[in-house]
Amino acid sequence: MSEPIAEEIPRRAWLRLVPLVVALVIGAFLFVGLGLRPKEIPSALIGKAAPEFDLPALPGRPKGLKTADLKGEVSLVNVFASWCVSCRAEHPLFMKLQASGVVPVHGLNNKDKGEAAMSWLNRYGDPYDRVGADLKGRVSIDWGVYGVPETFLVSAEGRIVCKHIGPVMQRDLEILLKAIEALRQGGTAQC
Amino acid sequence: MLMVYLRGLLLLLCLAGLSTPAFSVAVDTPLDDPRQEARARAIHKQLRCLVCQNQSIEDSNASLARDLRILVRERIAAGDSDDAAIGYIVERYGDWVLLRPPIKAGTLVLWAAPAVFLILAIILIAVWYRRRNGPASKPVASLSAEEQVRLKDLLDRGDQP
Repeated sequence: MSEPIAEEIPRRAWLRLVPLVVALVIGAFLFVGLGLRPKEIPSALIGKAAPEFDLPALPGRPKGLKTADLKGEVSLVNVFASWCVSCRAEHPLFMKLQASGVVPVHGLNNKDKGEAAMSWLNRYGDPYDRVGADLKGRVSIDWGVYGVPETFLVSAEGRIVCKHIGPVMQRDLEILLKAIEALRQGGTAQC
Repeated sequence: MLMVYLRGLLLLLCLAGLSTPAFSVAVDTPLDDPRQEARARAIHKQLRCLVCQNQSIEDSNASLARDLRILVRERIAAGDSDDAAIGYIVERYGDWVLLRPPIKAGTLVLWAAPAVFLILAIILIAVWYRRRNGPASKPVASLSAEEQVRLKDLLDRGDQP
């Protein structure tokens, strides 16, 4: 009498594994999600030529920044502002970088009014070679900037190679320096 | 006396007419042409704010969102088509700024997923439904002679008080 029921259990045993499998699949997605950084939007400009622009210098500082200035050697372009808190965090590293002379760092000042940018640079130090004053933020938009600070690695041909979003910390700088080295050797930059 | 009162009231009304409602955010200057303005606003609603991420630039108070709204208005005023104006922003910020992702190879899975899951669900429900109703509709093997005797015996016993 009870034979048919006893037969049914082993046949459906695999069904018991379904919740486990579903949980594992969801778990895998969530685990990958932990490592993602949704705040970092991939740049649409990687591999493309730097946008055409010509910005005046900051008041009282020589050397503005324009597209042609980015051709000839590998350089970094750092988008900064006096009102930007995390720019302070990365600032000492750029000072060191400038002192080492490894790579020229150009500044793209985002929407600082009047003397704000200059007094910031006078107070904390000026790590930049050239600085373009982007008063309206239009050139920043052309560069696809959406948060300050951002740092671009530009090849000797004036092509945007990498973009770092947020303050550049020691680890990020090491990645950038490796990429710069690779570019100079004529290789492809990993960043 | 009444005239003074009325004149005061009139002045008050005039002043009320002059004032505009106060906004907490800087108010955009709309385009002069209402049709162009409507097009620009429609585009604003399709573009994602890069700072706040889950708002359109129309809804966002972020300064970048405001700059982008102005930029879209400028493109429209300069004679850009809707697609060209949207393309201008996408060139700079990538497909990410589109609240409605475009259909291309990379987003095919995204767009197809709802349909695939729906079809999968329909198939599963159909299979489950057939299995559930299947055995019942099949003819059940009739009882053996021995079983029939036992059944009769049980039923007979049940009839007794």
